[in-house]
Amino acid sequence: MCSTCGCGGDDPGQVEAGISHPHDHGHSHDPHAEGGPAGRRVVVEQEILAKNNRFAAVNRSTWEGRGLLALNLLSSPGSGKTTLLAATSNALAGELEVAVVEGDQQTSLDADRIRATGVAAVQINTGKGCHLDAHQVGHAVETLGVADRGLLLIENVGNLVCPAGFDLGEAARVVVLSVTEGDDKPLKYPDAFATADLVVINKIDLLPYVDFNVDRCIEYARRLRPEVETLRLSATTGDGVEGWLDWIRRRRGQLLEARRDALAAELAAVEGALGEERGVARPE
Amino acid sequence: MHEMSLAESVVEILQEEARRQAFARVRAVWLEVGGLSHCDPEALAFCFDVVTRGTLAEGARLELLRPPGQGWCLAYSQAVEVARRGDPCPLCGSYQIQVTGGDEMRIKELEVD
Repeated sequence: MCSTCGCGGDDPGQVEAGISHPHDHGHSHDPHAEGGPAGRRVVVEQEILAKNNRFAAVNRSTWEGRGLLALNLLSSPGSGKTTLLAATSNALAGELEVAVVEGDQQTSLDADRIRATGVAAVQINTGKGCHLDAHQVGHAVETLGVADRGLLLIENVGNLVCPAGFDLGEAARVVVLSVTEGDDKPLKYPDAFATADLVVINKIDLLPYVDFNVDRCIEYARRLRPEVETLRLSATTGDGVEGWLDWIRRRRGQLLEARRDALAAELAAVEGALGEERGVARPE
Repeated sequence: MHEMSLAESVVEILQEEARRQAFARVRAVWLEVGGLSHCDPEALAFCFDVVTRGTLAEGARLELLRPPGQGWCLAYSQAVEVARRGDPCPLCGSYQIQVTGGDEMRIKELEVD
C-alpha cells in the first residue's frame, strides 16, 4: 500500500486521519433548522483541490529533499514540447541526469520517443482525463527511478485549460507556445499563462512564414503575470536552446543552494545539540 | 473538462465530512467559485449533477457563490477589482496587475440530514 496516500489497498480513510482541519466544532445545533423538513447546516470550509494540493506538497518536499528540479510543462497539442524535451535530454546528457514523465490521453508514443534518446521516461495515460494530477505524477516518479539532484521534466497533457489548476509539486511551471499558434494565445488561455513562471516561444525558425509578433505575445503574457520570464527558441534547429538550458541550470543551482543552506542549518543545529550534550556530560 | 475532477473531489469531501460530522444525506451545498478561479461554474453544476448520482448528495441543490476577482495594480499601487484575467486596471488602464483574490474554489457550508 502507498504510505503517502493509502491507495492500492486497506482503508483509504486511514490516510485522511492526518489531515488538518480548519474548524473545530461538534455536531450542529443549527439555528436555521426549524425542526421541520429543512436539514441542519454544517460548516465545511474545504478547498475543492485540497487533496490534490496535499499530494503536491508531498511531491514538492520529496523532490526538493532529493535536490531534484521538477518542471511542469504545459502547452497546446503540437507546440513542440516533446521535441523540446528530446533536445533537452540530448543536450544535457553527461552533465545531468534527466527523467521524463509523459502525460497523454492514450498511447506511449511520446515516452517511446524520449526513451529513444536514452533517457528514463514513464507514460501516464489519463484515459478520459484532461490533465495530470499530483497523485498520478507522484507514483509515476516513484516507478521511474530518477536520480537525486537530477532534472525531472513533466510533460502535461496537451491542453491549456484543464492542467492550469492542478499543482503537481513542480519547482516551476513552463508554458510552451509555438509561433504557428498565434501571438494572442496568452489572452485566449489566461489561466495557464497566469500560472507560468516561464513562457517558451518555440518554432521561431518558422517566424518568416507566419504572422506572429513575438514582442506582442510577450506583452500579452506579462498582462497575465507581470513577472513572468520568457525565452524564444527553435527546438528543431537548436536556435536559442542554449538559453533554455542555462535557465534550467540556473533554477537547478537555486534549488541546490537552498537545499545546501537547509542542510547546513540542520547540521549546525545538530552539532550545537551535541556540543551541549558533551558539555553537560563532562564531569569536571 | 476538468470540472468533472473538481465535482468528484467535491463528492469525496462530502463523504469525508459525512463521517466526520455524522450525517447521511446532503440536501444543499454552498460552493464558492471565485470569478478568477480555474473553473466554469455552469460546467461544474452539470458535472455535480452527474457525479452525485447514487451518492449521499444525489439531487442536492448547488448554491454557487461568486466572489469577484481582486488584484493589486503595480502601476497605481492600489487594490482593484478584476473582472477577468488580462483585463486592464479600471483606475489607470495599466496591465500590471497581480491577482490577489477571487481565485478560490471552496466548499463553504452544507445542509444535511
